[in-house]
Amino acid sequence: MHPIPKLVIQRLALGLLLLFAASVMIFVGTMILPGDVAQAVLGQNATPEALANMRASLGLDQPAVTRYFTWLSSALQGDLGTALSNGRDIASSIAGRLQNTLFLAAVAACISVPLAIFLGLLAVRYRDRWPDKLISAITLTSISLPEFLLGYVIMYLFSVQWGLFPSVSNINDGMSFLQKLNAVALPAMVLTLVVLAHMMRMTRAAILNVMQSAYIETAELKGLRRFTLIARHAMPNAIAPIVNVVMINLAYLVVGVVVIEVVFVYPGMGQYLVDHVAKRDVPVVQACGLIFATIYIGLNLLADLISILSNPRLRHPK
Amino acid sequence: MKGIPISALLGLFVTGLFFLAAILAPWIAPYGLGQIVGDIWEPSSSQFWLGTDNLGRDLLTRMIYGGQTTIFVASAATAVSFTLGSVLGFTAAVYGGLTDQIMSRINDLVMSIPTLIFALVVLSVMPVTIPVLILVMGLLDSTRVFRLSRAVAVDINVMDFVEAARLRGEGQRWVIFREILPNALSPLVAELGLRFIFAILFISTLSFLGIGIQPPETDWGGIVKENREGIVYGIPAALIPAVAIVTLSISVNLVADWALNRTTSLKGGRGG
Repeated sequence: MHPIPKLVIQRLALGLLLLFAASVMIFVGTMILPGDVAQAVLGQNATPEALANMRASLGLDQPAVTRYFTWLSSALQGDLGTALSNGRDIASSIAGRLQNTLFLAAVAACISVPLAIFLGLLAVRYRDRWPDKLISAITLTSISLPEFLLGYVIMYLFSVQWGLFPSVSNINDGMSFLQKLNAVALPAMVLTLVVLAHMMRMTRAAILNVMQSAYIETAELKGLRRFTLIARHAMPNAIAPIVNVVMINLAYLVVGVVVIEVVFVYPGMGQYLVDHVAKRDVPVVQACGLIFATIYIGLNLLADLISILSNPRLRHPK
Repeated sequence: MKGIPISALLGLFVTGLFFLAAILAPWIAPYGLGQIVGDIWEPSSSQFWLGTDNLGRDLLTRMIYGGQTTIFVASAATAVSFTLGSVLGFTAAVYGGLTDQIMSRINDLVMSIPTLIFALVVLSVMPVTIPVLILVMGLLDSTRVFRLSRAVAVDINVMDFVEAARLRGEGQRWVIFREILPNALSPLVAELGLRFIFAILFISTLSFLGIGIQPPETDWGGIVKENREGIVYGIPAALIPAVAIVTLSISVNLVADWALNRTTSLKGGRGG
C-alpha cells in the first residue's frame, strides 16, 4: 500500500481515539470533587430531600459509566442537554455563539498568518540588523503579557485614547459584514498579537535552518536577490514546519478567544463558558469543553496530516 | 558567581525586589488591604503613589498584597509541577518499556485538552480555594515538565556512569535521585523560570475570569477585574498590573536565558 493513505488513515484513527479519550477526561474532570454536581449547585446547606431530587432529575443516581455513554451518545446526535441555571437547551444557545467565535478566530487568522510569514521572511532578510531586532523585541513583549491585559492595553490606546474602534464588541445578525469587521477589530488585533510572536519566530527559525543548505549557497552565487532567494528557494522547503506552527497557533487561537471574549464582552462561546463556570452549570461546561477540545484536537490533527502530505519523501517513495 | 552577564544580574535584582516586596508586604504596604482611604479612582499623588481603585482603596497597597498572593500561588504551583513532573518523568525514563509507554500516552492525553479549558472544567465543580488552585495549576503544568524531564533523563540514562551505578547494584531510586537528578538539574532550572512565568500568567487569567483568587483576597488578575470599568473612562488603574507582570516576566526570562546558556556551554565539557 502507498504509505500516504496508510499514514493518513492511521492518524485519523488516532485522532478519533484521542477525541474519545478527551471526552472521558472532560466527563471525569467534573467528578473528582468531594461531593457531586448536585452538592456543588445547591451548596453545603442544601437539605437531603433537595439533593435527592436534584440527583434524580440529573440522572446522578445512575452509575457513572451509564451516564457517560448517555451523555456522549446524545452529544453526538447534537443534543447537549439543558442548562441547570436557566433550563434552556444548550445546543440552541451555543449555535449562534459558536458562529461568532469562529468568525472572530477566522478574522484573526486571516490577518495573523500572512503577517507572521511576511515578518518571518523580513526578519531573515535583515537578520541581526535592526528590523530583525525590532520585530523580536515587539513580539517578545507581546508574549510576556497575559491575553486579557494585552486586550485592555489595546482597548485603552485604540478605543479610549484615540477613539478608532468601539471598546465593546457588540455583534448581531442585522449587521453588515463591514460593521461586523469593525466590531471585532480590537479583539482580532489582540488575538493576532498573541499568536503572531510564536508563528513569526518559528517561521524565522525554519527558514534560517534551510538557509544553511548548500543549494542556497548555489542560488546566492548565481546572483539572486536576497528576498527572491528566501521567498522562492528557502521558503518552499520550510513549508512543513511553518504549516505545523500555523495550525498549532490556530488551535491556540480558538482557546485564546475564551479570555478575549470576556474582555471585549463579545457574545461567543468563551464568554458563555466562563459565565457558566462561575454558576457551576456543569452540563454547559461539559458541552463547551467538549466543543473546544474537538476543535483543538481537530486542528492539531490537520497539522499532522498537512505535514505528512507536504513531505516529498513520503509522497514519492522509492 | 563570577561571569554573570549584566542582563542576568539585572534580572536577578528585579526578581529579588519583587520577591522581597511579596515577603515584606505587611510591613511595606502603606495602608491596609481592604482599607478605604480616599475617593474612587483618584489619580496618583504623594499620598497615593499609584492612585486609588474602584472602591477608593490605595492601589499601591493592593498591588503589593496582590503581588504576594500571585507570587505565592505561582511559586507553589511551580513547585508542585516540578516535583511531580520531574519525578514521574525520570521514573518513566529509567523504567522504560511498558511503564514509559503508559505514562507517556496518559501525559499526551492530558496535554491534548487545552490547559485553560481543562482548568475551567475542573474548577466548575471544585471549591475555588487557594490550595485547590495550586493543585489544579500544578497538576496541569506537570505534563509539560514530565515531557522535558523524560527527554532529558532518557539521554542521561544511557551514559556510562549510570550503567556503572547499576552494575554496582544500586536500586532505581538511587539511579533517579543520585545519578539522573543532579545531571538533569541545569536544563530543568532553565525551564523553571519559564514555567513560573506561565504560572503567573495562568493564575492572573483565572482570577481575571473570576474563578481564581476570591475577594477579599486579591491578586494582580483580580485588580484588573475590579478596575476594568475604569478603562472606558480613560482611567488606567487596570493597566498597572500589566506593568508589574511584564517587568517580572522579563526579569525572570533574563535569568532563565542565562541559566539556559550556561547549560548549553556545559555540554562541551565540565571544565569551566
